[in-house]
Amino acid sequence: MSYAHPIPFRAILRHVLLIAGAALMLAPFIWMISTASKPQTEIFSSELHLIPHQFALAENLREAFAKANLLRFLLNGVIVTISIFVLQVMVALPAAYALAKLRFHGRETLFALVLFGILIPPQATAIPVFLMLHKAGLLDSYAALVLPFTISVFGIFLMRQFFKTVPDDLVDAARMDGISEFGIVWRVMLPAAIPAVTAFGIFSVVAHWNDYFWPLIVLNSEQLRTPPLAVAHFRNNEAGTSYGPLMAAAMVIIAPLVIAFLFAQRRFIEGITLTGIK
Amino acid sequence: MAQIELSAIRKSFDGTDVLKGIDFRIEDGEFISLVGPSGCGKSTLLRIIAGLEPQNSGQVHIDGRPVDAIRPSARNLAMVFQSYALYPHLSTFDNIAVPLRMRRLSAIERLPLLGKLLPARRAKERHIRADVEGIAEQLDIAPLLRRKPGQLSGGQRQRVAVGRAMVREPLAFLFDEPLSNLDAKLRVHMRAELAELHRRLKATFVYVTHDQAEAMTMSSRIAVMMGGELIQAGTPAEIYNDPDDIRVAEFIGSPKINVLPGRIRKDAGIDVLGTALKLSCHAATGECRVGVRPERIDVGAGPFSGTVVHLENLGAEAFVHLAIEGAGLRLIARLADVRHLPAMGSSVAFGFASDAVRIFDPAGKRIEIRLEQPERIREPAHV
Repeated sequence: MSYAHPIPFRAILRHVLLIAGAALMLAPFIWMISTASKPQTEIFSSELHLIPHQFALAENLREAFAKANLLRFLLNGVIVTISIFVLQVMVALPAAYALAKLRFHGRETLFALVLFGILIPPQATAIPVFLMLHKAGLLDSYAALVLPFTISVFGIFLMRQFFKTVPDDLVDAARMDGISEFGIVWRVMLPAAIPAVTAFGIFSVVAHWNDYFWPLIVLNSEQLRTPPLAVAHFRNNEAGTSYGPLMAAAMVIIAPLVIAFLFAQRRFIEGITLTGIK
Repeated sequence: MAQIELSAIRKSFDGTDVLKGIDFRIEDGEFISLVGPSGCGKSTLLRIIAGLEPQNSGQVHIDGRPVDAIRPSARNLAMVFQSYALYPHLSTFDNIAVPLRMRRLSAIERLPLLGKLLPARRAKERHIRADVEGIAEQLDIAPLLRRKPGQLSGGQRQRVAVGRAMVREPLAFLFDEPLSNLDAKLRVHMRAELAELHRRLKATFVYVTHDQAEAMTMSSRIAVMMGGELIQAGTPAEIYNDPDDIRVAEFIGSPKINVLPGRIRKDAGIDVLGTALKLSCHAATGECRVGVRPERIDVGAGPFSGTVVHLENLGAEAFVHLAIEGAGLRLIARLADVRHLPAMGSSVAFGFASDAVRIFDPAGKRIEIRLEQPERIREPAHV
């Protein structure tokens, strides 16, 4: 006897659509890997093939590392994203705690302002912030890359929503035990909010690792460049565009995020479902 | 140990009066229950004692010292919460150790990594360890010290919460409905344990509950609160037998006290359901309410009659629900002898002794009565 269900048409359609979508998303990525593995001659050949006839990934990588100080740029990326994240947490957690658990006049108004802040795109404030950094003499420095992002309204909002779910009793118990209000933030709320902090960390790190707009505006010095900027500058070298090494460099700079994603895939998905943002 | 005095405590939230002037004195070493329906302000009062909520007016004195401007932790009270409020990321040991660490270690010694290197901290940690282990031993939670709260059952968490309160040797313990998250069986068990703990520690316990059975079984004194006011305080027996107010009578006791419509005649006698009771009072003539506890109703003989509409046989005792024709009224009577229960639907006669009657005026206040003559003496009178 057989219980073989007839495969429903809708299920097939769904999978075809999903595969098509995935292929579309992955195509540039695969093309990048493919190009990074081809020698110059094959890149400009008229025929279209994904698998290179002659593997040149090693040469392209060597050339990429020779032409630009990729390790330095990766290090810049790490310094900037980590500093931004740490400072964002240091600001967002106490702010979110106050908005979620303390009673004071104007709390709702302040929270409305936070929500309003989420609506403002960073490009809108770019010029005033640029001018402020100029007046402060901070342009073309790590500070210029980090400072504008230390207050994350999205982070405050996300943590506030999470703190709302922490029982008030826990906060009261901490007060009875003699923990100060700041102590409560770091000793009680932070450990309880690790999933939310992780989710926020993923968003923050991805956004600032990949940010092209802001570093492009505030940086001049080559040694401060963040990874996306470095790759873009690669293209403009006087030697002309050598796509092989360029794609190899692109692979190198996205590698940390991809590896991090593979390691923390579950957390990543948890984080996205937690925030309900796609 | 401590004596807590509340004078004229008022509290309102967003214009709603939650506490309307509470004056109360909790004696040293007492187990006092604040009992009342939800929303009566009992938890708010407890939080005001703890210092977690500021009162709008009035004073709290602990051992004669005003504590209104003092932070919760400095009042040296310990609180056990309904949700236990254990720190979810800390082990049982660390949960119990938190109040000691906060008090005995300096800010530098509490730092996550650096603090561990300080020699002074190591000595203090040894004392803390000894104290925590001593408490764990007393509460039978020593094998659980390494576990996280998530790995503990409700009753175990409860004990850890009590341990965290005990370890700091507070002036008084505050309990905010600590048993209401437990299942019925465990609740009865924990009731006995808490009462025993109180006898052993001889500390002041302030216990908030909406469960009159908890209040009755554990406390040395009960304070009944309704609508932001403290209506009556007394020993469990006083509250049960001598309620000052019909709301107290109805709240305490399960099943609820039976309330019959009565009438005070011109000659100060009282009629219930058309029958004169053998007692009199000094109150003005007119409507009144007559309360009789289910166990004081004698089924089988008496001037009244009702139809059995429902029977609840609990094995050791039984409750008979009687409908009284014409009055649209239902009574509950407790029968101690479950072997001879009336049949469903049958009509039975019932009555009650005069000393079983509590009379309340239409506003719900108790009216004092005089017994004219003992009608029937079946058991020694209460009180």
